[in-house]
Amino acid sequence: MAAGRQASLPPLDTTRAPEGGEVGAVQSGWRLALREFVRNRLAVAGIGILLFFVVFCFLGPLVYHANLLDVNLINAHDPPGAGHPLGADVNGFDVLGELMKGGQAALEIGFFAAFVAITIGALVGAVAGLAGGIVDTVLMRIVDIFLSVPFLFVVLILAARYGASVLSLSLVIGGFSWQVPARLVRGEVLTIRERDFVLAARTAGTRSWRLIRKHLLPNSVGVMVVNVTFQVADAILAVAYIGFLGFGLHYPNLDWGDMISDGVGYMQDGYWWLIYPVGICIVLTVMALNFIGDALRDSLDVRLRRR
Amino acid sequence: MSAYLLRRIGTSIVVLIGISIFMYLLLHEVFPSPAKIALGLKATPASIAAFNKQNGYDRPVIAQYLSYMNGLVHGNLGYSYAENQTVAALFQERLARSIYLSGISLLLAILIALPLGIFQAVRRNTVGDNVATSAAFILYSMPSFFLGLILIQVFALSFPILGFEASQSTSIWVVIGDWHDMLLPILTLTLITVANFSRYMRSSSIDVLAQDYIKVARAKGLPERLVLLRHMVRNASLPMVTLVGLFLPALLAGNLITETLFNFEGLGLLFYTSLGKEDYPVLLAYTLVGAVFVVLGNFVADIALTVADPRIRLA
Repeated sequence: MAAGRQASLPPLDTTRAPEGGEVGAVQSGWRLALREFVRNRLAVAGIGILLFFVVFCFLGPLVYHANLLDVNLINAHDPPGAGHPLGADVNGFDVLGELMKGGQAALEIGFFAAFVAITIGALVGAVAGLAGGIVDTVLMRIVDIFLSVPFLFVVLILAARYGASVLSLSLVIGGFSWQVPARLVRGEVLTIRERDFVLAARTAGTRSWRLIRKHLLPNSVGVMVVNVTFQVADAILAVAYIGFLGFGLHYPNLDWGDMISDGVGYMQDGYWWLIYPVGICIVLTVMALNFIGDALRDSLDVRLRRR
Repeated sequence: MSAYLLRRIGTSIVVLIGISIFMYLLLHEVFPSPAKIALGLKATPASIAAFNKQNGYDRPVIAQYLSYMNGLVHGNLGYSYAENQTVAALFQERLARSIYLSGISLLLAILIALPLGIFQAVRRNTVGDNVATSAAFILYSMPSFFLGLILIQVFALSFPILGFEASQSTSIWVVIGDWHDMLLPILTLTLITVANFSRYMRSSSIDVLAQDYIKVARAKGLPERLVLLRHMVRNASLPMVTLVGLFLPALLAGNLITETLFNFEGLGLLFYTSLGKEDYPVLLAYTLVGAVFVVLGNFVADIALTVADPRIRLA
């Protein structure tokens, strides 16, 4: 062959396969998962409901001003009507305003607790899965111990003793919810660490922490995202239970469970607006998160199956 | 199989010891000593110190833990200064009622969820299945007290058919016979449990229905009814065993909420009132016994599954 000359090839046609036939757009993993997700109407509805609540709770008070600090007994127990679209509660506070404020607490605690749980769980799971051996056994026994802790009782005791604030409730709820993500991440890590790119990284001398940070955890994100969604739903329910029993946020703060427990005493008087709007808000928020979680799980599983 | 059994017993013992140490340390951190409750809020630090010394609350935590566990094994669950009774006596008064409420709800839930799961699998994606799935979805997104309140509103207030407060009788036989007052608490707990079970029962029944032996049974000409009765029910019940074990903590929590809502004098209501009074001996005994119950329950469920499912035994 003459030097400096290459054999000329026909220009590469990226729209036809060599054996003939169309080549579609590249389907990368994430895009495929997103397409599957969007196809699920319930999931889209879930995202819509969740966004509605975020806007309602955090931007609503900017538009709708309700006085939730000054007790106003003249308006106490007003049924829904002029001035109070959803009525007034036992202290004269506007129920719609209370819904917004309680929703802020619920969403804040929900997301923060889920964040705490997934952080602890992912670390424990990754370390256990990567290290193996005695470290793995010890960590999994610790997970078993925490799984046997009666969740609601311990959370109530801690909330009663250390007072309830958004921070303390999030830490306590998240601190006892990390076991399931730990197990899930460990399972993923056990699979991933046998893959070629991990072996290659190890051969190149990558230290364990970098391995976890750069390779193992990013590839477990699917499992973690599904779990986080369900964690938020469970945390919001847990806050509702704690608030209902009277150990949630107190004046000047409030949460949804607290509102219901105040309203229970007036059921026989027929003051339905103290209970049902709050309950429906809790159910809708948790349902939306469950829709999203189920759809995420389906779409990510499909992606894994098609690989 | 005995190797599995031995390993499982070993794990359970480790977890039992671990959970008891953890719970004891946690509660010791939260409430170091019941001195304030026994002596009153105005007790001087000197008298609190004397009380602690007299009752052994100034010893190192490990010593206190060991003597407490020693007492626990011998049936001494501590003494409640707020109620002025031994904790064991307090539990004993209420044990039968709580066992009745939780037990009958669990039983009803199993009896409903199992056929429901099979029905949903057989009539998959029909109207019946979709209605059941939607109902279950709404129910498990709902806090159980909200369901209880709705039931109270419908069945006790708007249409006074049933009672809105659980039976206050001290005799367990009267409680069992009093369906007018007990139906709503039992229904609340049962519906929530069914909703949680039916997610898993539906998918496991769908899996069973896709198995080869079902196809063979049908190909043999077996009537559909017998296919379901002889093959499906047995195999679909297996996950139920694990589910019951996994669901025990939730059952305890559901007990707490339902008893508080319907004012039923059981162990759950005892926990709630003790929490308000900061009655630490009761809380410690309750959480420890609860944790032990959960560990034992999971262990029994694992063993039962091994006995029921030969595939695990021979694996």
